[in-house]
Amino acid sequence: MIVLCGAQHAEPSLSRVLRELGVKGPVSLITAGWQEREGEPGVVADPGLPVVELGLHARGEQVFAKDKELAEAWKARQIRLKLMQDFYRVRLEHAAQAARAVAVRSADPDLIAEEHVASLAVLRHIDDDHVRRCMAVHAAFEAEMKPSTRPVVVRHVEELRAQIAPTDAIVIAGGHVAVLLNRLRMFGIADLAGGRPIVAWSAGAMALTDRVVLFHEDPPHGQAISEVLECGLGLAHDLVVLPEPRLRLHLDDPVRVGELAQRYAPAVCVAVDHGAQIWVDHATPVRGVDAQRLDVSGAVQPAWPA
Amino acid sequence: MIRAIDALAAGPHTREAVDAFLASHSFPLVEGSSITIVWRGEAEAIHLKHWVFGLPSSQQLRRLEGTDLWHLTLEIPEGSRVEYKLEVVRGGRGEWMEDPLNPNRARDPFGANSVAHGTGYTVPEWIHPDPEAPNGTIDEIRFDSQVFGRRGVAIYLPARYRRTRRYPLLVVHDGHDYLRYASLGTILDNLIHRREIPDLIVALVSSPNRLGEYAGDPRHATFITDELVPNLERTLPLDARPQSRCLMGASFGAVASLTVALQRPGFYGRLLLQSGSFAFTDIGAHNHRGPLFDPIVALMNHYRADPIAMSERVFMSCGMYESLIYENRSLAPVFTATGMEVRYVEARDGHNWENWRDRLRDGLSWLFPGPLLLVYE
Repeated sequence: MIVLCGAQHAEPSLSRVLRELGVKGPVSLITAGWQEREGEPGVVADPGLPVVELGLHARGEQVFAKDKELAEAWKARQIRLKLMQDFYRVRLEHAAQAARAVAVRSADPDLIAEEHVASLAVLRHIDDDHVRRCMAVHAAFEAEMKPSTRPVVVRHVEELRAQIAPTDAIVIAGGHVAVLLNRLRMFGIADLAGGRPIVAWSAGAMALTDRVVLFHEDPPHGQAISEVLECGLGLAHDLVVLPEPRLRLHLDDPVRVGELAQRYAPAVCVAVDHGAQIWVDHATPVRGVDAQRLDVSGAVQPAWPA
Repeated sequence: MIRAIDALAAGPHTREAVDAFLASHSFPLVEGSSITIVWRGEAEAIHLKHWVFGLPSSQQLRRLEGTDLWHLTLEIPEGSRVEYKLEVVRGGRGEWMEDPLNPNRARDPFGANSVAHGTGYTVPEWIHPDPEAPNGTIDEIRFDSQVFGRRGVAIYLPARYRRTRRYPLLVVHDGHDYLRYASLGTILDNLIHRREIPDLIVALVSSPNRLGEYAGDPRHATFITDELVPNLERTLPLDARPQSRCLMGASFGAVASLTVALQRPGFYGRLLLQSGSFAFTDIGAHNHRGPLFDPIVALMNHYRADPIAMSERVFMSCGMYESLIYENRSLAPVFTATGMEVRYVEARDGHNWENWRDRLRDGLSWLFPGPLLLVYE
């Protein structure tokens, strides 16, 4: 079972969720999204159980320090991905502008509706193309560098396996989603979890889905258009997790809600505010607690209510 | 639409009617684009003293016949914010005071003014302390300058400061006033918490002789670029690259920022210039603003004759209701023509700290965009 939660700092629900999952023993904690603040006391909610901090961010730094060849290739890959993200953003912004220009034209409403579908298809095509190319970059990197077979990585993975063995669950905090996702991939955490329950929030929850969607509808600059970072770990299917909705979304605006939902359908966009949860069984969402589903109609409704 | 003051004037002018009028409204009365300022009491005359360049700076309130109620209605464009005082004339002498019926005040180094918020103006929510935003620290240090002797400098460190990271540096002229009158500390905490700007280190400097030192005094550039910044880069974990160094200031502080940047082109990759006192002339060496501005006129005339890209990105803001709008509007295209990235913003406001406060989110997040799309805590 996987439980995807909203941010924990205002209304922590972690210990309650772990109790509900029946977790009694120690938990493995991942705070790599906090980067150099990883593992510092007080940065994440108290799970109410003994904690084994896995230290994935620090381990990653140790890997780079020991294996210079891997470090250089990793850095080159990240620079390439960052540039691709920038170029993808340029395409998105122009496509979004074109969509708006068409939408405000005076024409038969049926035609405008048809054009809206066409505009949406362009955005979705740009998204798909970006994700496909990002994953091709990852695949090429894996094939060439074989990071999981490199001695220093193997050593860390074995240490992690030993650390995780006596724990009853994996807990993944939020933070920088790209950094977190990279570290989860580097050490194969999805495999190391070995069927244990996983509780993850904010960026941690985003990283477990099929696609990581970056969003903010009230940025101080630039267009308020969401973008796909890349594929996530795929442990929760057909789901787009949207944390911090009060800060980042306009859930009272049906047009924006509808556009966001349509863009990523058939995946379901779900706002997970403080205290909200999505329970996922065998990669399928089965129950929501205060989670809000964004409907393609523009409505916001409870997601998978009990 | 009949304005409330006109409705009162059309009816019986009894004391009870005036009492009821005052009790049933908040002041100044904002009705569409009209702002009505009222004062009650015995006086020979009441004048509105405001700082809106373009309107008569002193306007008389009219007495509602047979009452002790005085009133004046102004037409103010949407989104305006106007600071003012009232001059109450009694016994032939005028006394300036804040509007007793208006709870909105703006403080500045000279005291406080009353503030009228026109329709459409709202105080930005990001200037108020956010209980979820952790507070950075501000420590006053004593810095021994070869050119100025011992100076107090306040250093802001972000809440999540770690020596293992590298931070951009923002140097703020009149920094202590920015803290006191423009809520800079709270704004930094909030914008960093929201990831709209990255974690920053901020050096807040002040001068005991700002009108002299900030007006092109070369010692000031030496103090900042050759003494303070190198010292901070040695002692704090700063990212010592141009794109991570920013100078900021308002009024003469903006002139100081520009002067310092011009002394070392390329050293500061970011400038945030608010309501800069960028006086210049098209002919002659003296500007109508007086001798205090002569060094600035010389500096700006020289720059306008031979403009250079001394930085990479420049954010400029100015109030439409300040006389410096002319200079700032003139300078923005000159900056742009050098190839620098320039963002120039105007607001319906005057030459005051809250105008500068209200533009900080726009300016800081444009100069130093934060990782808000990537961080979800």
